[in-house]
Amino acid sequence: MSLRITFITAGRILRQLLNDHRTVGLILAVPALIIALISAIMDEAPQVFDKTGLILLAAFPFMLMFMITSITLLRERTGGTLERLMTTPTAKLDLVVGYALAFGTAAAAQTAVAATVAFAFLGLDTQGPTWAVFLICIVTSLLGMALGLFVSAFATTEFQAIQFMPVIVVPQLFLCGLIWPADQMAGWLQGVSDALPLTYAVKALTEVQLNPDVTADMWADLAVVFGAVVVATVLGAATLRRRTN
Amino acid sequence: MPSTPAIAVTDLVVDRGKRPVLKSVSTAISAGTVTGLLGPSGSGKTTFIRSVVGTQKTKGGTVTVLGEPAGSKPLRGRVAYVTQDASIYRDLSVKANVAYFAALYGRGRAEAMRAIERVGMGDHADKLAGNLSGGQKTRTSLACALVIGPEVLVLDEPTVGLDPVIREELWDRFRELAAGGATLLVSSHVMDEADRCDRLLLLREGRFIADDTPADLRAATGTANLEAAFLHLIRELEGAN
Repeated sequence: MSLRITFITAGRILRQLLNDHRTVGLILAVPALIIALISAIMDEAPQVFDKTGLILLAAFPFMLMFMITSITLLRERTGGTLERLMTTPTAKLDLVVGYALAFGTAAAAQTAVAATVAFAFLGLDTQGPTWAVFLICIVTSLLGMALGLFVSAFATTEFQAIQFMPVIVVPQLFLCGLIWPADQMAGWLQGVSDALPLTYAVKALTEVQLNPDVTADMWADLAVVFGAVVVATVLGAATLRRRTN
Repeated sequence: MPSTPAIAVTDLVVDRGKRPVLKSVSTAISAGTVTGLLGPSGSGKTTFIRSVVGTQKTKGGTVTVLGEPAGSKPLRGRVAYVTQDASIYRDLSVKANVAYFAALYGRGRAEAMRAIERVGMGDHADKLAGNLSGGQKTRTSLACALVIGPEVLVLDEPTVGLDPVIREELWDRFRELAAGGATLLVSSHVMDEADRCDRLLLLREGRFIADDTPADLRAATGTANLEAAFLHLIRELEGAN
Protein backbone atom coordinates (compact mmCIF):
# COMPACT_ATOMS: atom_id res chain seq x y z
CA MET A 1 0.00 0.00 0.00
CA SER A 2 1.19 3.51 -0.83
CA LEU A 3 -0.16 6.64 0.87
CA ARG A 4 0.63 8.70 -2.20
CA ILE A 5 -1.46 6.47 -4.49
CA THR A 6 -4.24 6.27 -1.89
CA PHE A 7 -4.54 10.08 -1.84
CA ILE A 8 -4.35 10.31 -5.64
CA THR A 9 -7.16 7.74 -5.83
CA ALA A 10 -9.28 9.57 -3.25
CA GLY A 11 -8.75 12.83 -5.16
CA ARG A 12 -9.87 11.23 -8.40
CA ILE A 13 -13.02 9.78 -6.81
CA LEU A 14 -13.92 13.12 -5.19
CA ARG A 15 -13.38 14.92 -8.49
CA GLN A 16 -15.74 12.46 -10.19
CA LEU A 17 -18.35 13.16 -7.53
CA LEU A 18 -17.90 16.96 -7.72
CA ASN A 19 -18.32 16.89 -11.51
CA ASP A 20 -21.83 15.57 -10.91
CA HIS A 21 -23.48 18.74 -9.58
CA ARG A 22 -26.92 17.25 -9.24
CA THR A 23 -25.67 14.40 -7.05
CA VAL A 24 -23.74 16.87 -4.87
CA GLY A 25 -26.92 18.91 -4.41
CA LEU A 26 -28.97 15.84 -3.52
CA ILE A 27 -26.34 14.55 -1.09
CA LEU A 28 -26.19 17.83 0.78
CA ALA A 29 -29.84 18.86 0.77
CA VAL A 30 -31.99 15.73 0.97
CA PRO A 31 -31.15 14.48 4.51
CA ALA A 32 -31.66 17.94 6.01
CA LEU A 33 -35.03 18.26 4.24
CA ILE A 34 -36.24 14.81 5.32
CA ILE A 35 -35.20 15.42 8.91
CA ALA A 36 -37.09 18.74 8.77
CA LEU A 37 -40.11 16.85 7.47
CA ILE A 38 -39.89 14.30 10.30
CA SER A 39 -39.57 17.11 12.81
CA ALA A 40 -42.78 18.69 11.46
CA ILE A 41 -44.56 15.29 11.54
CA MET A 42 -43.53 14.84 15.19
CA ASP A 43 -44.44 18.42 16.02
CA GLU A 44 -46.35 17.44 19.18
CA ALA A 45 -43.68 15.05 20.49
CA PRO A 46 -40.24 16.71 20.50
CA GLN A 47 -38.81 13.97 22.77
CA VAL A 48 -39.67 11.36 20.08
CA PHE A 49 -38.01 13.56 17.47
CA ASP A 50 -34.89 13.79 19.64
CA LYS A 51 -34.55 10.03 19.27
CA THR A 52 -35.70 9.55 15.64
CA GLY A 53 -33.96 12.64 14.27
CA LEU A 54 -30.70 11.57 15.88
CA ILE A 55 -30.89 8.07 14.36
CA LEU A 56 -31.70 9.57 10.95
CA LEU A 57 -28.52 11.66 11.15
CA ALA A 58 -26.55 8.40 11.04
CA ALA A 59 -28.98 6.49 8.79
CA PHE A 60 -28.65 8.90 5.86
CA PRO A 61 -24.88 8.76 5.39
CA PHE A 62 -25.15 4.98 5.85
CA MET A 63 -27.62 4.69 2.96
CA LEU A 64 -25.82 7.27 0.84
CA MET A 65 -22.47 5.57 1.11
CA PHE A 66 -23.96 2.17 0.40
CA MET A 67 -25.58 3.47 -2.78
CA ILE A 68 -22.76 5.54 -4.20
CA THR A 69 -20.09 2.98 -3.37
CA SER A 70 -21.94 0.03 -4.84
CA ILE A 71 -22.68 1.93 -8.04
CA THR A 72 -19.30 3.61 -8.56
CA LEU A 73 -17.46 0.36 -7.86
CA LEU A 74 -19.77 -1.52 -10.18
CA ARG A 75 -18.89 1.06 -12.85
CA GLU A 76 -15.19 0.46 -12.18
CA ARG A 77 -15.74 -3.28 -12.56
CA THR A 78 -17.89 -3.17 -15.70
CA GLY A 79 -16.25 -0.16 -17.39
CA GLY A 80 -12.82 -1.80 -17.54
CA THR A 81 -11.15 0.81 -15.32
CA LEU A 82 -10.74 -1.69 -12.47
CA GLU A 83 -8.95 -4.11 -14.80
CA ARG A 84 -6.77 -1.25 -15.98
CA LEU A 85 -5.99 -0.14 -12.43
CA MET A 86 -4.98 -3.70 -11.58
CA THR A 87 -2.16 -3.42 -14.14
CA THR A 88 -0.93 -0.16 -12.52
CA PRO A 89 1.00 0.21 -9.23
CA THR A 90 -2.37 0.67 -7.43
CA ALA A 91 -2.78 -1.89 -4.63
CA LYS A 92 -6.26 -3.14 -3.70
CA LEU A 93 -5.95 -1.43 -0.34
CA ASP A 94 -5.02 1.88 -2.03
CA LEU A 95 -8.27 1.69 -3.96
CA VAL A 96 -10.45 0.68 -1.00
CA VAL A 97 -8.94 3.24 1.39
CA GLY A 98 -9.12 5.85 -1.39
CA TYR A 99 -12.85 5.16 -1.64
CA ALA A 100 -13.22 5.38 2.14
CA LEU A 101 -11.42 8.75 2.25
CA ALA A 102 -13.36 10.23 -0.66
CA PHE A 103 -16.81 9.06 0.34
CA GLY A 104 -16.05 9.59 4.04
CA THR A 105 -15.47 13.24 3.12
CA ALA A 106 -18.81 13.31 1.26
CA ALA A 107 -20.52 11.73 4.28
CA ALA A 108 -18.90 14.27 6.61
CA ALA A 109 -20.20 17.15 4.47
CA GLN A 110 -23.66 15.62 4.42
CA THR A 111 -23.66 15.07 8.18
CA ALA A 112 -22.41 18.62 8.80
CA VAL A 113 -25.32 20.14 6.85
CA ALA A 114 -27.97 17.81 8.29
CA ALA A 115 -26.66 18.13 11.87
CA THR A 116 -26.46 21.93 11.68
CA VAL A 117 -30.05 22.10 10.47
CA ALA A 118 -31.26 19.58 13.07
CA PHE A 119 -29.46 21.07 16.09
CA ALA A 120 -29.74 24.77 15.23
CA PHE A 121 -33.15 25.03 13.59
CA LEU A 122 -35.18 21.95 14.47
CA GLY A 123 -34.44 21.85 18.18
CA LEU A 124 -32.81 18.41 18.18
CA ASP A 125 -31.32 17.90 21.62
CA THR A 126 -28.80 15.49 23.11
CA GLN A 127 -27.23 15.36 26.57
CA GLY A 128 -23.85 14.39 25.16
CA PRO A 129 -21.44 16.33 22.90
CA THR A 130 -22.12 16.98 19.21
CA TRP A 131 -18.69 15.75 18.16
CA ALA A 132 -19.59 12.26 19.40
CA VAL A 133 -22.71 12.32 17.19
CA PHE A 134 -20.52 13.39 14.28
CA LEU A 135 -17.98 10.64 14.93
CA ILE A 136 -20.69 7.95 15.09
CA CYS A 137 -22.21 9.23 11.84
CA ILE A 138 -18.85 9.03 10.02
CA VAL A 139 -18.09 5.49 11.23
CA THR A 140 -21.63 4.44 10.28
CA SER A 141 -21.17 5.93 6.82
CA LEU A 142 -17.99 3.86 6.42
CA LEU A 143 -20.08 0.78 7.26
CA GLY A 144 -22.37 1.70 4.36
CA MET A 145 -19.32 2.09 2.11
CA ALA A 146 -17.85 -1.27 3.11
CA LEU A 147 -21.15 -3.08 2.54
CA GLY A 148 -21.59 -1.34 -0.82
CA LEU A 149 -18.09 -2.40 -1.83
CA PHE A 150 -18.92 -5.99 -0.93
CA VAL A 151 -22.27 -6.22 -2.76
CA SER A 152 -20.88 -4.57 -5.90
CA ALA A 153 -19.19 -7.92 -6.55
CA PHE A 154 -22.57 -9.64 -6.78
CA ALA A 155 -24.24 -7.22 -9.16
CA THR A 156 -23.58 -7.08 -12.87
CA THR A 157 -25.74 -4.03 -13.60
CA GLU A 158 -26.61 -0.80 -11.77
CA PHE A 159 -30.21 -2.00 -11.72
CA GLN A 160 -29.17 -5.06 -9.71
CA ALA A 161 -26.96 -2.99 -7.42
CA ILE A 162 -29.95 -0.86 -6.42
CA GLN A 163 -31.96 -4.04 -5.68
CA PHE A 164 -29.46 -4.84 -2.94
CA MET A 165 -30.73 -1.84 -0.96
CA PRO A 166 -33.85 -3.67 0.30
CA VAL A 167 -31.71 -6.74 1.03
CA ILE A 168 -28.83 -5.18 2.97
CA VAL A 169 -29.92 -1.72 4.09
CA VAL A 170 -33.66 -1.83 4.76
CA PRO A 171 -33.69 -4.74 7.28
CA GLN A 172 -30.95 -2.99 9.25
CA LEU A 173 -32.94 0.26 9.29
CA PHE A 174 -36.10 -1.57 10.45
CA LEU A 175 -34.32 -3.56 13.13
CA CYS A 176 -31.88 -0.98 14.47
CA GLY A 177 -34.47 0.76 16.64
CA LEU A 178 -35.45 3.50 14.19
CA ILE A 179 -39.11 2.55 13.78
CA TRP A 180 -39.55 0.49 16.95
CA PRO A 181 -37.42 -0.08 20.04
CA ALA A 182 -35.43 -3.31 19.70
CA ASP A 183 -36.36 -4.51 23.23
CA GLN A 184 -40.06 -4.52 22.27
CA MET A 185 -39.62 -6.79 19.24
CA ALA A 186 -40.29 -10.54 19.13
CA GLY A 187 -37.55 -12.38 21.04
CA TRP A 188 -36.00 -14.04 18.01
CA LEU A 189 -36.01 -10.73 16.17
CA GLN A 190 -34.07 -9.12 19.03
CA GLY A 191 -31.41 -11.75 18.35
CA VAL A 192 -31.34 -10.74 14.68
CA SER A 193 -31.19 -7.08 15.65
CA ASP A 194 -28.23 -7.80 17.92
CA ALA A 195 -26.40 -9.42 15.01
CA LEU A 196 -26.73 -6.40 12.71
CA PRO A 197 -24.01 -3.74 12.91
CA LEU A 198 -26.30 -0.73 12.42
CA THR A 199 -28.00 -1.60 15.74
CA TYR A 200 -24.76 -0.75 17.54
CA ALA A 201 -24.57 2.64 15.84
CA VAL A 202 -28.03 3.37 17.22
CA LYS A 203 -27.00 2.13 20.68
CA ALA A 204 -23.98 4.43 20.59
CA LEU A 205 -26.18 7.38 19.58
CA THR A 206 -28.60 6.58 22.41
CA GLU A 207 -25.68 6.70 24.85
CA VAL A 208 -24.82 10.20 23.59
CA GLN A 209 -28.43 11.22 23.84
CA LEU A 210 -28.83 10.15 27.47
CA ASN A 211 -25.44 10.96 29.03
CA PRO A 212 -23.77 14.35 29.26
CA ASP A 213 -20.35 12.68 29.20
CA VAL A 214 -19.03 10.20 26.65
CA THR A 215 -19.51 6.72 28.13
CA ALA A 216 -17.49 3.53 27.92
CA ASP A 217 -20.61 1.85 26.50
CA MET A 218 -20.63 4.31 23.62
CA TRP A 219 -17.02 3.48 22.79
CA ALA A 220 -17.79 -0.24 23.01
CA ASP A 221 -20.79 0.08 20.66
CA LEU A 222 -18.77 2.21 18.26
CA ALA A 223 -15.98 -0.37 18.34
CA VAL A 224 -18.47 -3.04 17.21
CA VAL A 225 -19.51 -0.85 14.26
CA PHE A 226 -15.88 -0.21 13.42
CA GLY A 227 -15.11 -3.93 13.64
CA ALA A 228 -17.93 -4.58 11.16
CA VAL A 229 -16.42 -1.93 8.86
CA VAL A 230 -13.07 -3.71 8.92
CA VAL A 231 -14.59 -7.16 8.27
CA ALA A 232 -16.80 -5.93 5.42
CA THR A 233 -13.89 -3.99 3.89
CA VAL A 234 -11.61 -7.03 3.96
CA LEU A 235 -14.37 -9.17 2.41
CA GLY A 236 -15.01 -6.45 -0.17
CA ALA A 237 -11.32 -6.06 -1.01
CA ALA A 238 -11.16 -9.84 -1.49
CA THR A 239 -13.75 -9.49 -4.29
CA LEU A 240 -11.40 -7.19 -6.22
CA ARG A 241 -9.57 -9.75 -8.31
CA ARG A 242 -6.41 -9.00 -10.18
CA ARG A 243 -6.97 -11.98 -12.46
CA THR A 244 -10.41 -12.83 -13.77
CA ASN A 245 -11.86 -15.26 -16.23
CA MET B 1 18.57 -15.75 -31.98
CA PRO B 2 18.05 -12.34 -30.32
CA SER B 3 18.76 -11.96 -26.60
CA THR B 4 16.05 -12.64 -23.99
CA PRO B 5 12.67 -11.84 -25.53
CA ALA B 6 10.58 -9.01 -24.03
CA ILE B 7 7.53 -11.26 -23.99
CA ALA B 8 7.87 -15.04 -23.87
CA VAL B 9 4.78 -17.25 -24.01
CA THR B 10 5.15 -21.00 -23.61
CA ASP B 11 2.35 -23.54 -24.05
CA LEU B 12 -0.29 -21.08 -22.83
CA VAL B 13 -3.69 -22.71 -22.27
CA VAL B 14 -6.75 -20.67 -21.30
CA ASP B 15 -10.31 -21.87 -20.80
CA ARG B 16 -13.17 -19.47 -20.29
CA GLY B 17 -15.88 -21.42 -18.58
CA LYS B 18 -15.71 -24.83 -20.22
CA ARG B 19 -14.77 -23.44 -23.61
CA PRO B 20 -11.08 -23.68 -24.53
CA VAL B 21 -10.02 -20.26 -25.86
CA LEU B 22 -6.26 -20.65 -26.22
CA LYS B 23 -5.08 -24.17 -26.99
CA SER B 24 -1.39 -24.21 -26.10
CA VAL B 25 0.12 -21.20 -27.84
CA SER B 26 3.79 -20.22 -27.72
CA THR B 27 5.73 -17.28 -29.07
CA ALA B 28 8.65 -15.00 -28.28
CA ILE B 29 8.51 -11.26 -28.93
CA SER B 30 11.77 -9.30 -29.18
CA ALA B 31 12.28 -5.96 -27.46
CA GLY B 32 12.00 -2.84 -29.60
CA THR B 33 9.53 -4.33 -32.07
CA VAL B 34 5.90 -3.89 -33.04
CA THR B 35 4.07 -7.20 -33.17
CA GLY B 36 0.63 -7.44 -34.72
CA LEU B 37 -1.86 -9.89 -33.28
CA LEU B 38 -4.38 -10.61 -36.00
CA GLY B 39 -7.41 -12.79 -36.20
CA PRO B 40 -11.17 -12.73 -36.57
CA SER B 41 -13.26 -11.64 -33.60
CA GLY B 42 -13.72 -14.49 -31.16
CA SER B 43 -10.37 -16.02 -32.06
CA GLY B 44 -8.90 -15.32 -28.61
CA LYS B 45 -7.00 -12.06 -29.25
CA THR B 46 -8.26 -10.29 -26.16
CA THR B 47 -7.69 -13.39 -24.02
CA PHE B 48 -4.09 -13.58 -25.26
CA ILE B 49 -3.55 -9.89 -24.53
CA ARG B 50 -5.07 -10.18 -21.06
CA SER B 51 -2.73 -13.11 -20.37
CA VAL B 52 0.26 -10.94 -21.29
CA VAL B 53 -0.79 -8.12 -18.94
CA GLY B 54 -1.65 -10.67 -16.26
CA THR B 55 -5.37 -10.05 -15.78
CA GLN B 56 -6.46 -13.37 -17.28
CA LYS B 57 -6.71 -16.58 -15.26
CA THR B 58 -4.73 -19.16 -17.17
CA LYS B 59 -4.96 -22.94 -17.10
CA GLY B 60 -1.48 -23.90 -18.18
CA GLY B 61 1.81 -22.68 -19.59
CA THR B 62 3.84 -19.60 -18.70
CA VAL B 63 3.87 -15.96 -19.75
CA THR B 64 7.03 -13.99 -18.97
CA VAL B 65 7.33 -10.25 -19.59
CA LEU B 66 10.72 -8.51 -19.24
CA GLY B 67 11.94 -11.59 -17.41
CA GLU B 68 9.16 -11.49 -14.77
CA PRO B 69 5.91 -13.49 -14.55
CA ALA B 70 3.12 -11.60 -16.36
CA GLY B 71 1.16 -9.28 -14.06
CA SER B 72 3.69 -9.51 -11.22
CA LYS B 73 4.36 -6.49 -9.06
CA PRO B 74 7.67 -5.34 -10.59
CA LEU B 75 5.94 -5.09 -13.98
CA ARG B 76 3.16 -2.74 -12.89
CA GLY B 77 5.21 0.38 -13.56
CA ARG B 78 6.70 -0.93 -16.79
CA VAL B 79 3.80 -2.40 -18.75
CA ALA B 80 0.84 -0.37 -20.01
CA TYR B 81 -2.41 -1.87 -21.22
CA VAL B 82 -5.03 -0.22 -23.40
CA THR B 83 -8.28 -2.19 -23.36
CA GLN B 84 -10.55 -2.54 -26.34
CA ASP B 85 -13.35 -0.40 -24.90
CA ALA B 86 -11.88 2.85 -23.64
CA SER B 87 -11.20 2.29 -19.93
CA ILE B 88 -11.53 5.87 -18.75
CA TYR B 89 -13.74 7.70 -16.27
CA ARG B 90 -16.74 9.16 -18.09
CA ASP B 91 -17.37 11.71 -15.35
CA LEU B 92 -13.86 13.18 -15.53
CA SER B 93 -12.43 15.50 -18.17
CA VAL B 94 -9.85 14.24 -20.65
CA LYS B 95 -7.19 16.16 -18.73
CA ALA B 96 -8.27 14.75 -15.35
CA ASN B 97 -8.28 11.20 -16.72
CA VAL B 98 -4.78 11.38 -18.15
CA ALA B 99 -3.46 13.33 -15.14
CA TYR B 100 -4.82 10.62 -12.82
CA PHE B 101 -3.05 7.76 -14.59
CA ALA B 102 0.07 9.93 -14.92
CA ALA B 103 0.03 10.62 -11.17
CA LEU B 104 -0.18 6.89 -10.35
CA TYR B 105 3.25 6.61 -11.98
CA GLY B 106 4.61 9.79 -10.39
CA ARG B 107 4.29 11.85 -13.55
CA GLY B 108 3.05 15.43 -13.62
CA ARG B 109 0.46 17.55 -15.41
CA ALA B 110 2.87 18.78 -18.08
CA GLU B 111 3.55 15.21 -19.14
CA ALA B 112 -0.18 14.51 -19.14
CA MET B 113 -0.78 17.47 -21.46
CA ARG B 114 1.99 16.25 -23.79
CA ALA B 115 0.37 12.81 -24.01
CA ILE B 116 -2.98 14.46 -24.78
CA GLU B 117 -1.42 16.53 -27.56
CA ARG B 118 0.28 13.44 -28.92
CA VAL B 119 -3.05 11.69 -29.57
CA GLY B 120 -4.53 14.85 -31.08
CA MET B 121 -6.90 15.59 -28.18
CA GLY B 122 -5.40 18.97 -27.20
CA ASP B 123 -8.51 20.87 -28.27
CA HIS B 124 -10.76 18.64 -26.18
CA ALA B 125 -8.70 18.43 -23.00
CA ASP B 126 -11.36 20.09 -20.83
CA LYS B 127 -14.30 18.05 -22.15
CA LEU B 128 -15.89 15.35 -20.02
CA ALA B 129 -14.90 11.94 -21.33
CA GLY B 130 -18.55 10.83 -21.31
CA ASN B 131 -19.37 13.47 -23.95
CA LEU B 132 -16.67 12.37 -26.42
CA SER B 133 -17.15 10.36 -29.60
CA GLY B 134 -15.99 6.73 -29.67
CA GLY B 135 -12.73 7.53 -31.43
CA GLN B 136 -11.97 10.38 -29.04
CA LYS B 137 -12.53 8.08 -26.06
CA THR B 138 -10.12 5.56 -27.57
CA ARG B 139 -7.49 8.28 -28.01
CA THR B 140 -7.96 9.47 -24.43
CA SER B 141 -7.55 5.90 -23.20
CA LEU B 142 -4.39 5.64 -25.28
CA ALA B 143 -3.03 8.89 -23.84
CA CYS B 144 -3.51 7.40 -20.34
CA ALA B 145 -1.09 4.62 -21.37
CA LEU B 146 1.39 6.75 -23.36
CA VAL B 147 1.89 9.12 -20.43
CA ILE B 148 3.56 6.31 -18.48
CA GLY B 149 6.34 5.89 -21.06
CA PRO B 150 6.03 2.11 -20.76
CA GLU B 151 8.67 -0.43 -21.74
CA VAL B 152 5.95 -2.76 -22.95
CA LEU B 153 2.76 -1.36 -24.44
CA VAL B 154 -0.11 -3.75 -25.07
CA LEU B 155 -2.99 -2.43 -27.14
CA ASP B 156 -6.25 -4.21 -27.87
CA GLU B 157 -7.72 -2.95 -31.17
CA PRO B 158 -6.55 0.63 -30.60
CA THR B 159 -7.46 2.03 -33.99
CA VAL B 160 -11.07 0.89 -34.36
CA GLY B 161 -13.28 3.71 -35.59
CA LEU B 162 -10.47 6.23 -35.90
CA ASP B 163 -10.07 8.84 -38.59
CA PRO B 164 -7.50 7.57 -41.17
CA VAL B 165 -5.25 10.58 -40.52
CA ILE B 166 -5.21 9.94 -36.75
CA ARG B 167 -4.68 6.24 -37.40
CA GLU B 168 -1.68 7.03 -39.54
CA GLU B 169 -0.29 9.33 -36.85
CA LEU B 170 -0.79 6.71 -34.17
CA TRP B 171 1.06 4.09 -36.17
CA ASP B 172 3.92 6.56 -36.68
CA ARG B 173 3.88 7.05 -32.93
CA PHE B 174 3.98 3.27 -32.32
CA ARG B 175 6.96 2.98 -34.66
CA GLU B 176 8.70 5.83 -32.81
CA LEU B 177 8.14 4.12 -29.46
CA ALA B 178 9.56 0.86 -30.81
CA ALA B 179 12.55 2.73 -32.26
CA GLY B 180 13.10 4.07 -28.75
CA GLY B 181 13.33 0.50 -27.43
CA ALA B 182 9.72 -0.14 -26.33
CA THR B 183 7.99 -3.40 -27.19
CA LEU B 184 4.50 -3.15 -28.62
CA LEU B 185 1.85 -5.82 -29.00
CA VAL B 186 -1.10 -4.53 -31.01
CA SER B 187 -4.19 -6.52 -31.86
CA SER B 188 -6.20 -5.69 -34.92
CA HIS B 189 -8.57 -7.22 -37.37
CA VAL B 190 -7.62 -4.76 -40.08
CA MET B 191 -5.16 -6.36 -42.46
CA ASP B 192 -3.87 -3.09 -43.89
CA GLU B 193 -2.31 -2.37 -40.49
CA ALA B 194 -0.41 -5.64 -40.55
CA ASP B 195 2.17 -4.27 -42.95
CA ARG B 196 3.30 -1.72 -40.36
CA CYS B 197 4.32 -4.47 -37.93
CA ASP B 198 7.73 -6.11 -37.64
CA ARG B 199 6.14 -9.43 -36.91
CA LEU B 200 2.69 -10.94 -37.20
CA LEU B 201 0.87 -13.49 -35.10
CA LEU B 202 -2.23 -14.88 -36.73
CA LEU B 203 -4.62 -16.38 -34.24
CA ARG B 204 -7.41 -18.62 -35.41
CA GLU B 205 -9.60 -20.78 -33.22
CA GLY B 206 -7.21 -20.56 -30.29
CA ARG B 207 -3.98 -21.41 -32.15
CA PHE B 208 -1.32 -19.41 -33.94
CA ILE B 209 -1.40 -20.37 -37.60
CA ALA B 210 1.38 -17.92 -38.46
CA ASP B 211 4.23 -16.28 -36.55
CA ASP B 212 6.45 -14.50 -39.05
CA THR B 213 7.49 -11.18 -40.61
CA PRO B 214 5.10 -9.72 -43.20
CA ALA B 215 7.66 -10.14 -45.98
CA ASP B 216 8.37 -13.79 -45.14
CA LEU B 217 4.65 -14.54 -44.91
CA ARG B 218 4.07 -13.17 -48.39
CA ALA B 219 7.08 -15.04 -49.77
CA ALA B 220 6.15 -18.35 -48.10
CA THR B 221 2.61 -18.26 -49.42
CA GLY B 222 3.52 -16.80 -52.81
CA THR B 223 0.94 -14.06 -52.44
CA ALA B 224 1.13 -10.30 -53.01
CA ASN B 225 -0.78 -9.07 -49.99
CA LEU B 226 -1.28 -10.26 -46.42
CA GLU B 227 -5.00 -10.79 -46.75
CA ALA B 228 -4.29 -13.31 -49.51
CA ALA B 229 -1.44 -14.83 -47.50
CA PHE B 230 -3.72 -15.50 -44.55
CA LEU B 231 -6.45 -16.95 -46.74
CA HIS B 232 -3.83 -19.21 -48.26
CA LEU B 233 -2.70 -20.40 -44.82
CA ILE B 234 -6.24 -21.05 -43.62
CA ARG B 235 -7.12 -23.04 -46.76
CA GLU B 236 -3.91 -25.01 -46.43
CA LEU B 237 -4.79 -25.89 -42.82
CA GLU B 238 -8.33 -26.83 -43.70
CA GLY B 239 -7.07 -28.94 -46.59
CA ALA B 240 -4.77 -30.78 -44.19
CA ASN B 241 -7.63 -31.68 -41.86
